[in-house]
Amino acid sequence: MPAWLDTHLVSVLNGLAIGFLLFILAVGLSLVFGMMDVLNLAHGVLFLTGGYMAWAIAGEHPSWLGFAGALAAAAVVGSLAGVGLSLATERLARRSHLDQALLTLGLALIAADALSVMFGDDVHAVGPPPGLDGSVSILGSAYPVYRLAIIAVGAALAAAVHRIVERTALGALVRATVADRQMVSAVGIDDRRVRVAVFGIGSLLAAVAGALGAPIYGVRPGLDATVLVLALVVVVIGGLGSVRGALVGALVIGQIETLGRSLLSDLASFVLFGALALVLVVRPHGLFGDPSGTRS
Amino acid sequence: MIGRPGSAATTAAVAAAVVLALAAAPLVLAPYAVTVLTRILVFALLAMSLDLLVGITGLPSLGHGAYFGAGAYAAGWVTLHASPSGPVALLVALTAGGLVAAAAGCVAVRARGIFFLMLTLAIGEIVQQLAESWHEVTGGSNGLYGIPAARVGGAALVGDQAVHWWVLAVAATAAAGLWLLASSPFGHALRGIRDNEARMRALGYRVYGYKLAAFVVAGAVAGLAGGLLSAQQRLVTPAELGLGTSIPALLAVTIGGAGTLWGACVGAAVVVLVRDHLGASLGGHGSLLLGAVFVAVVYLLPGGAARALSMPRRRG
Repeated sequence: MPAWLDTHLVSVLNGLAIGFLLFILAVGLSLVFGMMDVLNLAHGVLFLTGGYMAWAIAGEHPSWLGFAGALAAAAVVGSLAGVGLSLATERLARRSHLDQALLTLGLALIAADALSVMFGDDVHAVGPPPGLDGSVSILGSAYPVYRLAIIAVGAALAAAVHRIVERTALGALVRATVADRQMVSAVGIDDRRVRVAVFGIGSLLAAVAGALGAPIYGVRPGLDATVLVLALVVVVIGGLGSVRGALVGALVIGQIETLGRSLLSDLASFVLFGALALVLVVRPHGLFGDPSGTRS
Repeated sequence: MIGRPGSAATTAAVAAAVVLALAAAPLVLAPYAVTVLTRILVFALLAMSLDLLVGITGLPSLGHGAYFGAGAYAAGWVTLHASPSGPVALLVALTAGGLVAAAAGCVAVRARGIFFLMLTLAIGEIVQQLAESWHEVTGGSNGLYGIPAARVGGAALVGDQAVHWWVLAVAATAAAGLWLLASSPFGHALRGIRDNEARMRALGYRVYGYKLAAFVVAGAVAGLAGGLLSAQQRLVTPAELGLGTSIPALLAVTIGGAGTLWGACVGAAVVVLVRDHLGASLGGHGSLLLGAVFVAVVYLLPGGAARALSMPRRRG
């Protein structure tokens, strides 16, 4: 084991955990945009909503039942919000993409204010469920078990999403809609139902990511903007509408956020921007984006 | 076209009347109302600079607060540490806004449409993080405070009236400059790029250069507005750079109707009054109200107030 990895193993593992969390968050943003050109600026608020569900239901010392309940509540609230967002933006389908983005931004402002009224402006901590709240020794340094669990859960979810999108009939429909929406409706498929489904599932994943991330990030007002920006950077780097791109982008940003911060603490923001700039100069449509499939 | 159909002389006469009315306002208004009016002027200049990007060039930016904040920090730092001169601070603010915009623009203007929106948002948040972490210069999350009053022509700008007239003079000059730019051949080229980029490219225009120039000019004017903010509130915090500025600015442009410049001023007035005035009187739910206004404008006023006012309503 090289000495470098020895000293930075904790950062690398943290980066993996944050990377998988970011993937769960960003994949919905990416697919919603790829499928219907709607940039959902309320995506960060969905994450924050999931976090508040975890705090309200699971609390600082959750039982397994409480934690599972929080995840389920986040899933329900997230998918309902997604269906609502889908219907709200559907009404503006003939208008410019900017109008749809502005609508989601307006709804995000309202929802963020409602959350701060309901849950206050304090920073809340959420604990991991029992059994996952300890730490294990990895190469001599203690490491929280919960983050290892997040890596495992995140990898499993990533594999599941990848399999659904690449191997099932629904996934084929999603990919076909990303590639050519008119053709999908021309062959007689009601793309509005696909739209609602993808919006709902993408929002569900964002809220679940928020609940899963609560023991790591805590919950506080303003977290929504932070994670929205990270998710946007992930999607821009990976390429819109691409599951693989979202995964690679999320893992890269996860490493930049942790390893970058520990190696170059003052320059981390520049490194994030530098990665963004580099990818855009070399591949303007993202690493896995299809130039023809990206509509402005 | 700028605003409603009419000759340049009519537009100039209306603008002069508005400026005169704003100049006379401190003589009749209460001090608090003057402060609010000054804040509206600063915000209107920011919204106009954003309109140059959003409405005229067709580049919807959600990170315009970064250049506004860069100007505010630069002006505040210069007034604190180097020179108390008001014009010098504004010149530095203008330059700082332009330089940061040039660095960001090299990357951002490669993208179009919603992609541009995402990029400017991400860049703006990164600039805000920088302001929060660069303690030596920006004072971290406390920001720059205790900025002395700027001096203009040998006298310090003390009191609401003096600040108001200084802000009005600078903002009106900058607004006239933006208006001239928008009606120049350069402005028409920007509109051409907005409406049909491929055709402009085929005609031999260097589209990237034009977009970058528009981005830098918009950033420089936003920086100037930031310099005015620093002169007015004499305190600059990281909140100036972030979404808390960028979202209301874009909302102001949207409410007013993108591409008219004067619409952005009307929008700015509405935003400041709703957020700071109405929001404060309803227990600090400014962002809730802003969100509601956003949703209402998007559904009910496509094209903004300017379109609704200047276009005759068709029946049927």
